[in-house]
Amino acid sequence: MNTKIAIIGGGPAGLAAAVSAYDAGVKDLLILERDDKLGGILNQCIHNGFGLHTFKEELTGPEYAERFIEKVRERGIESLLKTIVVDISKETDGLVVTAMSAEKGMFEIHAQSVILAMGCRERPRGALNTPGYRPAGIYSAGTAQRYVNIEGKMPGKEVVILGSGDIGLIMARRMTLEGAHVKAVAELMPYSGGLKRNIVQCLDDFGIPLKLSTTVTDIKGKDRVESVTLSKVDAKNQPIPGTEEEIPCDTLLLSCGLLPENELSGMLGVELSPVTGGATVDESLETSVPGVFACGNVLHVHDLVDYVSGEASEAGKHAAEYVLKSTPGTSETPIRLETGNGVRYTVPSFVRPSRLEQLLTVRFRVGNVYKNPEICVYLGDKCLQRRKKQICAPGEMEQVIIKKTDIETMAPGETIRIAIETE
Amino acid sequence: MKRDVVIIGAGVVGSSIARELSRYDLGITVLEKASDVCEGTSKANSGIVHAGFDAVPGTLKARFNIAGSHMMEALSRELDFPYKRNGSLVLCFSESDLPKLEELKKRGETNGVEGVTILTGDEVRAKEPAISDEVVAALFAPTGAIVCPFGLTIAMAENAAVNGAEFRFNEAVTAIEKTGEGFKVTTQTDIYECKAVINAAGVYADTVHNMVCDDKLSITARKGEYCLYDKKVGGTVSSTIFQLPGAYGKGVLVTPTVHGNLLLGPTATDTLDKEEVNTTADGLNTLQATAGKSIKAVPYKSVITSFAGLRAHEEGGDFIVGESSVKGFFDAAGIESPGLSAAPAIGEFLAREVALSLEAVRKTDFIAKRKGIPNVALASKEERDRLIKENPMYANVICRCELVTEGEIVDAIKRPVGATTLDGVKRRTRAGMGRCQAGFCSPKTLEILARELGKDITEITKHGAGSEFLTGHKGL
Repeated sequence: MNTKIAIIGGGPAGLAAAVSAYDAGVKDLLILERDDKLGGILNQCIHNGFGLHTFKEELTGPEYAERFIEKVRERGIESLLKTIVVDISKETDGLVVTAMSAEKGMFEIHAQSVILAMGCRERPRGALNTPGYRPAGIYSAGTAQRYVNIEGKMPGKEVVILGSGDIGLIMARRMTLEGAHVKAVAELMPYSGGLKRNIVQCLDDFGIPLKLSTTVTDIKGKDRVESVTLSKVDAKNQPIPGTEEEIPCDTLLLSCGLLPENELSGMLGVELSPVTGGATVDESLETSVPGVFACGNVLHVHDLVDYVSGEASEAGKHAAEYVLKSTPGTSETPIRLETGNGVRYTVPSFVRPSRLEQLLTVRFRVGNVYKNPEICVYLGDKCLQRRKKQICAPGEMEQVIIKKTDIETMAPGETIRIAIETE
Repeated sequence: MKRDVVIIGAGVVGSSIARELSRYDLGITVLEKASDVCEGTSKANSGIVHAGFDAVPGTLKARFNIAGSHMMEALSRELDFPYKRNGSLVLCFSESDLPKLEELKKRGETNGVEGVTILTGDEVRAKEPAISDEVVAALFAPTGAIVCPFGLTIAMAENAAVNGAEFRFNEAVTAIEKTGEGFKVTTQTDIYECKAVINAAGVYADTVHNMVCDDKLSITARKGEYCLYDKKVGGTVSSTIFQLPGAYGKGVLVTPTVHGNLLLGPTATDTLDKEEVNTTADGLNTLQATAGKSIKAVPYKSVITSFAGLRAHEEGGDFIVGESSVKGFFDAAGIESPGLSAAPAIGEFLAREVALSLEAVRKTDFIAKRKGIPNVALASKEERDRLIKENPMYANVICRCELVTEGEIVDAIKRPVGATTLDGVKRRTRAGMGRCQAGFCSPKTLEILARELGKDITEITKHGAGSEFLTGHKGL
């Protein structure tokens, strides 16, 4: 098969990227999706709160997905479902995507450009190295969400949740609404990893205690979980002896972080950031492999799907430009973006001013909770912007917008630095 | 129920005996208290085929280790399970310990281990660049190998079943009585009358033995904790790396697994509870720190799971293999390390003893070869294409981390001694063994198990009754 742009993944990122690439003039597109329907993980997110930025209304996950699926349908963009991509590699004049499906067997798709939109996965218990037994009843929050919302089954009755990521918070509420008893949410860090609104709507409103600086130090039960032991941790996140609290329960849900799923990107030789686990990209969301773009949670984990759609639209447009050869010259030396105080990473990692239209959007996350901080943008030594905020927290993505005209004033060798400053 | 032989325990040893004994014209029943084969010590160990330099010459450990190690490669071809001869190294960290290394080399030579040599520190690092700079020398044994312990056990059990051996799960032996002609073996659900009993009950082999024999055995469960790392760091070492042995076994090792992960472990702590397979913060920290001595850097961040297993340590320190003081009652007891390596040889030996004792004759229609479940992940493009054309379910990827398809999972369920639990599917196909640790695939695997077994999804368990995944239907 041949296509101009192959989009790996039919979740929110893949869908928005496809629509925008189409609208930018490339009609020959192909979405490859491993599931039997488009929409990705949104299909199991039946709570509302999606789309406030994009559609100015509160949609459920499936509704939000449907809006984009409709756009894909209207445009007649082709998608292959129940198709898993097993390899992506370079060839002389483009890229080869190797896929597998019941219908087509093993097959190759030759594409000029590829958009990586595979999303992310949850960090499992094993990766946390939590000691204890290994009985039934330990699930990542997203797996439990699938059981409840897709399969209509209950994964447990008496629940403790480790990690206060958004899926964990959403599942605290969902399990409660379905009749389970959520006894506590424990969070290793001294702050939550989720959105403030989720803490309020999913925990506070249901009287579920959030135990900060707390972790699971033992799991009992040989066949099914019988109890978990929570311990307070010190400043180095080490359990403090004597603070153990054993909570009887039959279920432990884990919401301890999401990891971009970049195995395919790795095989292709895309350079990955050790901080995000996603590709390092330029202002066009192009990776270190020419013609390969990345967007959504496979690039960096987002807080709101609206931002995923926005970013993916950018990636789709730039992929189309790449295919249509309308990308402005790339001979210039890119300007690096640096992470200053409090900033964990930036997307993009570098920028070529000539490729910018008018504005550069830089997305990032902070590494701690900051009260009354200023988000500062430095071009070289010069402070360009200073924006006051009430609070910055690791659970929420931040962004700054820089004008192309400002970037053009920079001297060679200077970098753009984003930093958090407090009084 | 009347049988010729009852084997107690469907671990690697019981399965090996069953397979070897199924060469003879005998009615064989294997009784297993768990819900599947390979549920005890056999599922949580290092997966090593020891070269055989460690065991004291003249012991049964030495004898069966060497014999088993010699058999393993051919057996892996005959029964189609993963095996790789990767060689092993025993590291020596100080000049003053060099005599111990020499002694180990001599012991290896006495045991008949081929090709053992001593390498200098620099030679070791030239061979294995990740090895610590503290290492001054090492013993190299080219015949050391790695094997999939699940693959080995399941292959032998399946082949035994194909040749007529019967496996009965969820049946714990509660009593054994010596009768005129043989034995009466009682479980919670049945009574078996048989001519011979073979005790391969792992950490419970003392309990089973002591039901019949006056000379008592005492087995201590010795816990070993392990950490398993992502395939991304599977190439850290290519050989199996030991440290010079201490009082508690062979110490902590660093090894690639036959599937390409990196494995560190085990610790060694004695426990009174023979079901105590929990990991502990201390254990996991200790094993990473101790194993960390062998290599320049432990890839802490790449750990994907940790687990613990129990070795059956008998007071006498050696394997107990053969007919006991009671005629017709055979033991395979105290099978701690190098038990996995020794299992094929123990099976061969005991089967011959039992057959001799029962004057059994060899079958003429014994099927020696077994073909495993197709492995889509390892298949070539052409091979995958052929599989998918034959059965489109081989294209439906269920476990994305290990690329395991619906076709393979259905095979695992439908084969002889098929999987009935999620862990059973996992051990037969690797679904859920990857870096996401079954986050994405377990709901789908449960569905397939329910469909193929004709059960409600809420009845599907992790490893048998009591380990159900789901507590009910929503809204009920």
